[in-house]
Amino acid sequence: MAEIQSYTMNFGPQHPAAHGVLRLVLEIEGETIQRADPHVGLLHRGTEKLAETKPFNQSIGYMDRLDYVSMMCNEHGYVLAIEKLLGVEVPIRAQYIRVMFDEITRILNHLMWLGAHGLDIGAMTMFLYCFREREDLMDCYEAVSGTRMHATYYRPGGVYRDLPDSMPKYAESKFRSKKELDRMNSVRAGSLLDFIEDFTNRFPKCVDEYETLLTDNRIWKQRTVNIAVVSPERAMQLGFTGPMLRGSGIEWDLRKKQPYEIYNLVDFDIPVGVNGDCYDRYLVRVEEMRQSNRIVKQCIDWLRDNPGPVITEDHKITPPTRVEMKDDMESLIHHFKLFTEGYCVPEGESYAAIEHPKGEFGVYIVSDGANKPYRVKIRAPGFAHLSSMSEMVEGHMLADVVAVIGTQDIVFGEVDR
Amino acid sequence: MASSSCRERFVAPLRSPDNMSDQNEKMANKIEARFGDQIIRVPSTCHELTYELNKDDLLEVATALRNEADFGFEMLIDVCGLDYLHYGHTEWETKSASGTGFSRGVKRKSVILDEADEFDPKRFAVVYHLLSIQNNIRLRLRVYAGITNPPIVKSVVDIWNGANWFEREAFDLFGIIFEGHPDLRRILTDYGFIGHPFRKDFPVMGNVEVSYDTEQGRVMYKPVSIEPRTLVPRTIRDDNRYSTDLKDAN
Repeated sequence: MAEIQSYTMNFGPQHPAAHGVLRLVLEIEGETIQRADPHVGLLHRGTEKLAETKPFNQSIGYMDRLDYVSMMCNEHGYVLAIEKLLGVEVPIRAQYIRVMFDEITRILNHLMWLGAHGLDIGAMTMFLYCFREREDLMDCYEAVSGTRMHATYYRPGGVYRDLPDSMPKYAESKFRSKKELDRMNSVRAGSLLDFIEDFTNRFPKCVDEYETLLTDNRIWKQRTVNIAVVSPERAMQLGFTGPMLRGSGIEWDLRKKQPYEIYNLVDFDIPVGVNGDCYDRYLVRVEEMRQSNRIVKQCIDWLRDNPGPVITEDHKITPPTRVEMKDDMESLIHHFKLFTEGYCVPEGESYAAIEHPKGEFGVYIVSDGANKPYRVKIRAPGFAHLSSMSEMVEGHMLADVVAVIGTQDIVFGEVDR
Repeated sequence: MASSSCRERFVAPLRSPDNMSDQNEKMANKIEARFGDQIIRVPSTCHELTYELNKDDLLEVATALRNEADFGFEMLIDVCGLDYLHYGHTEWETKSASGTGFSRGVKRKSVILDEADEFDPKRFAVVYHLLSIQNNIRLRLRVYAGITNPPIVKSVVDIWNGANWFEREAFDLFGIIFEGHPDLRRILTDYGFIGHPFRKDFPVMGNVEVSYDTEQGRVMYKPVSIEPRTLVPRTIRDDNRYSTDLKDAN
């Protein structure tokens, strides 16, 4: 029988470690990867084309479904691009709420990433721990928007509602003991802010738990140290952003360098890696969770003391209240026009970028003055990261491919759009 | 792990929205002094720096923008295809339309693949978003792809390696050919897809439906059965709040 030197292997799209619908065609020699060719687009829904056929506000919901583990951050990018074109002022309270939810979303995303990445390379417990904490953050989403994932909470001009004064509580059920029920409802007695504050007090200990399990774990280090090293020069050349770029030692964070909303008023640090391997990127993301927790705390303190409007009162772009509509004809007209036609955005183009949990999420909008965008281009960080897959796995073993998919924090909703 | 232990030259200056336009103006002066009439500045309403340039000058300008210390645009953030075919068109003319509903008011001419001999020179464009980490500044370049069918632009993959997939995407969705690209395959659409779906003359619901035929035991492609319809017509309204004399105030 002839000896086979190298062969081609198909990985995914139904492989559980492919994080969704990634199909990789791997050229392998023995167990060493020669080349990887990712095939993407299996989740392509044409979000950008759909957005062109709808009034501006109706596409906010599509943004949630891009990177479906960091929903509100996607909305934020889109909403900022529209606000830039319209030139609207966002009330300061809305800015704080946005920043708070951006950071909650960052924790949400990193927990999902840590759990899945851990599970992929053999740390089962991580998944269970991370999802335990994610549950509470999902409840915050639900309390503020009514849905646990696809919130559609950010609107051009602010956020749709103010934070609620009470949290929904668990009902009695035959599957839960009275004691368990009381424990779960005890943190839900106060307002949403009380609930989040309780979470931020608990959370640093949880991160310590994760770190106890992983940071000095020999197996974890064997799987991540010196895997997929990216030099800072290459990282910039390949268009890396976010933790992928910071893991390679470049101190670049849009929240600090090009601050949007009120990021220049809150205090936090940017963690930076040294070696640019999977382990450093892991450390960067774990530290980011702690920093996000810090930001959330500062936002809670501010939000408690400063009530105020959460959405602009320019009714050309935001709906008037029900009460106003009852006896004010102009409000009624505004409401009618807004929900039938939408608002026209002045001709021009804008690019708004935010520090998304995965990197730079940018939305480029071209408007020709109509009530629908002429072109929406979504710059997804994962797309740039995944394009470097071949370079990152070259020369590594087959099992390291899984570690690289994990470290890139790939979510197909945003890669395929 | 060392926090903030990065190399000296990667530390970018902090920037607040106030000094953003100042910095943009400084950069604009440098760029205009260096490239002269190779580039044309496009006015922006939201303090962004945009230049249009001839597609033959693209590689020269791009290389200079990346390599020369004055500019230092070491990162290509995004490459975006654009089709200006319906720019400024409304979907439903209220004055001339009959009272029978939206779908009749919308004139659509769907095409699978445009076989015109030449396009309007300003129909297809490629937009590049650049970022300079050392100077903390963003720049947008726009190149029109010219009249040829298919539209052709030179690839910037050799200047910024990250352009690879972005250019593949623009090729897939708009049919713009990037000359010199090492691997210009479709990326987001299905294997064997026909047409370029993000062109403005490509219908939103596509041209074919895919289904599995149990009798023949294979996947079938049939023409789409759904009718195009518009729930909210596209309307352009003059708004004096955004009048032109305010627009150039950058």
